[in-house]
Amino acid sequence: MSDSDERAGNERDWPLFEVFIRARTGLHHRHCGSLHAADPEMALARARDVYTRRGEGTSIWVVASEQIFASDPADKDMLFEPAMSKIYRHPSFYELPEDVENM
Amino acid sequence: MADALTAAYALRLGDDALILSHRLSQWVGHGPELEEDIALANTALDLLGQARLLLSHAGDRESAGRDEDALAYGRDVLDFSNLLLVEQPNGDFAQTMVRQFLFDAYAVELWPRLSASRDDVLAGIAGKAAKEAAYHVEQSAAWVVRMGDGTEESHQRAQAGLDTLWPYAGEIFEADEVAAALVEKGIAVAPSELRAPWQARVGPVLEEAGLTPPEGAGIRLGGRQGRHSEHLGHLLAEFQFMQRAYPGAEW
Repeated sequence: MSDSDERAGNERDWPLFEVFIRARTGLHHRHCGSLHAADPEMALARARDVYTRRGEGTSIWVVASEQIFASDPADKDMLFEPAMSKIYRHPSFYELPEDVENM
Repeated sequence: MADALTAAYALRLGDDALILSHRLSQWVGHGPELEEDIALANTALDLLGQARLLLSHAGDRESAGRDEDALAYGRDVLDFSNLLLVEQPNGDFAQTMVRQFLFDAYAVELWPRLSASRDDVLAGIAGKAAKEAAYHVEQSAAWVVRMGDGTEESHQRAQAGLDTLWPYAGEIFEADEVAAALVEKGIAVAPSELRAPWQARVGPVLEEAGLTPPEGAGIRLGGRQGRHSEHLGHLLAEFQFMQRAYPGAEW
């Protein structure tokens, strides 16, 4: 059995998709997990079944996990440490009006 | 005021939903993929919700003091009036999905029409069920196409499922005195009215899937009159065991 035959058989796992749900209009989509599906349409349907069972969503995005290019955890210090000492970048010197909820 | 006809009509629709829900729930923990397992359970729960509303309504209209539980757990085979289609065994996943599609294609045509029923409660239940059925049929149709038009094995399994289940689909469109009398009153949908819309949904999907209905297959009838296949008794034995062994038990 060639490699491609084997990949076409039952043993092959469906590809992984990352799932993003928007909880309410006006909010952004949030990553909420991942799932396996044969294609994007199935991924969307299964995301609805797995992640919006309790009314969590008004919109769903699915993205093939292999399409995500991610930072390397080993680069953590190099990438993120330098920002830690720069508190002047935080908008913490302003008072937010109480009516602003999703900041 | 007792209304035996409406009670019987709500009961048959409720029995369809209840028995199919139980069949689907038998997949829980056995689905081909975790995600599909959950999807099957979701559909089962939608159907169970419909069954509860319909059986409760049947109990109300019957006015004999039976609630949804009494009707679900306290009747024997002969008193169930579900379609033979929904009690057929799950078989493999392909057979389950073919059964689901044949039923969903009916449900999605029934509920929007029934939401105009002159029985307000039935109309309300139908309005809710219509949204659920619209999703169900999209999913089961997608699976029928996937498997019919998939690998040689998936095609064979889907075709075998269709060969087995096709004879049971005809019962959906059979009229009887209950339906006829209630159609007259604007309460029920005439089963025969659903045949053309059902065929318009099922035909193209089967064609895309490369599946062919068996030729010369007869029609299997009897479910609506309580004449069931051997499978329903076994299903009820499992489904009703707790309430039979411990009547009125709650937790």
